[in-house]
Amino acid sequence: MIRLILSLSILLFSGCGVKESKNTKFENSELVKNEFIPVDSLGIPIYNYDELEPLLNRKDDKTYIVNFWATWCAPCIKELPFFEKINQEGKNNNLEVILVSLDMPSMWKSKLLPFIKTKNIKSKVVVLNDPDQNSWIPKIDKNWSGAIPATLIYNRKKRKFYEQSFTYEMLNKEIQEFK
Amino acid sequence: MKYLLANFVLIIFFLNNPFTFKEIDKGYDIGDYATDFSLPDINGKRVSLADYKDARGFLVIFTCNTCPYAVAYEDRIIELDKKYKIKGVPVIAINPNDPDLQPADGVEYMKKRAMEKGFTFPYLIDKGQKIFPQYGATKTPHVYLLEKSKQGNVVRYIGTIDDNYSNASAVKTKYVENAVDAMLKGEEIPITITRAIGCSIKSR
Repeated sequence: MIRLILSLSILLFSGCGVKESKNTKFENSELVKNEFIPVDSLGIPIYNYDELEPLLNRKDDKTYIVNFWATWCAPCIKELPFFEKINQEGKNNNLEVILVSLDMPSMWKSKLLPFIKTKNIKSKVVVLNDPDQNSWIPKIDKNWSGAIPATLIYNRKKRKFYEQSFTYEMLNKEIQEFK
Repeated sequence: MKYLLANFVLIIFFLNNPFTFKEIDKGYDIGDYATDFSLPDINGKRVSLADYKDARGFLVIFTCNTCPYAVAYEDRIIELDKKYKIKGVPVIAINPNDPDLQPADGVEYMKKRAMEKGFTFPYLIDKGQKIFPQYGATKTPHVYLLEKSKQGNVVRYIGTIDDNYSNASAVKTKYVENAVDAMLKGEEIPITITRAIGCSIKSR
């Protein structure tokens, strides 16, 4: 329902920034042409797990640091500046930080957007909105209990998952292992 | 053997990763005996599993005031207690957060929350934070279903309550209810471990 409202509002107000839904069951029917989900309704993408998955499995030359966080998670907020710093410093070094927000739909406009704005977050932010968490948590890491903060660091050669908080030094040290 | 191998892999993994070692290496698996405890409730009265002479089991739920997921599940935890207490499986809620780190999880706030929501179950304080690491709880809410036996309380299910935190009416699988129902009938529990996003437990 929220998606529907968001897609309607996007069609009304911008008329762009939409893509074909991967969720539709009518892959081969005419309906598929009319089924859209918003990519840019908040200015940031809202994904289910299947839509997020490609971001966790890119095969280019970069090292990706994927941090799972939320505005309501105090230890996440505490470590976020370190990820921002790494992202800034790593730009020319084939590093990219992706911040996957697990904020709930009711918080997107009231908490998440103001947070990104006031903290001037420069890293890529996406929202993962997929309530059947038991279906996708083990796909991200089989040992992840689901507690956040949690971070995945990967490149073509190496992949490691961390259910923990980071300091800047710890994060920097881990990244060295991916070079 | 499989268990041994899994442990071995875990140890190797954690040798590379000292920061997570203490958190995940401990904790119960399905079939382990869970420790009893003597923890104060919001009025200072000590509560133990052993107090419940007629219980057939327990739903030990690590939860708190402050985590949005815990709040989202409050009504469902009350419903679980109402439904299963009469069948001998009461809810025992434990707040594992250190109130120095999360002031809104202090006992006065716990009292307030329990009053507002009309908690039908004891809401205990993990004083000294000794119990949650033994269970292996990492987040709130985190559910442990225990079955009482002569040898002790056996862990039968670990995880989340159901498959949709945001909308109780859109739930397809009620993991905890299915587990308790199966346990009470003496049947095999269909799904014994589930994962869900939760707030990491605040500890020093």
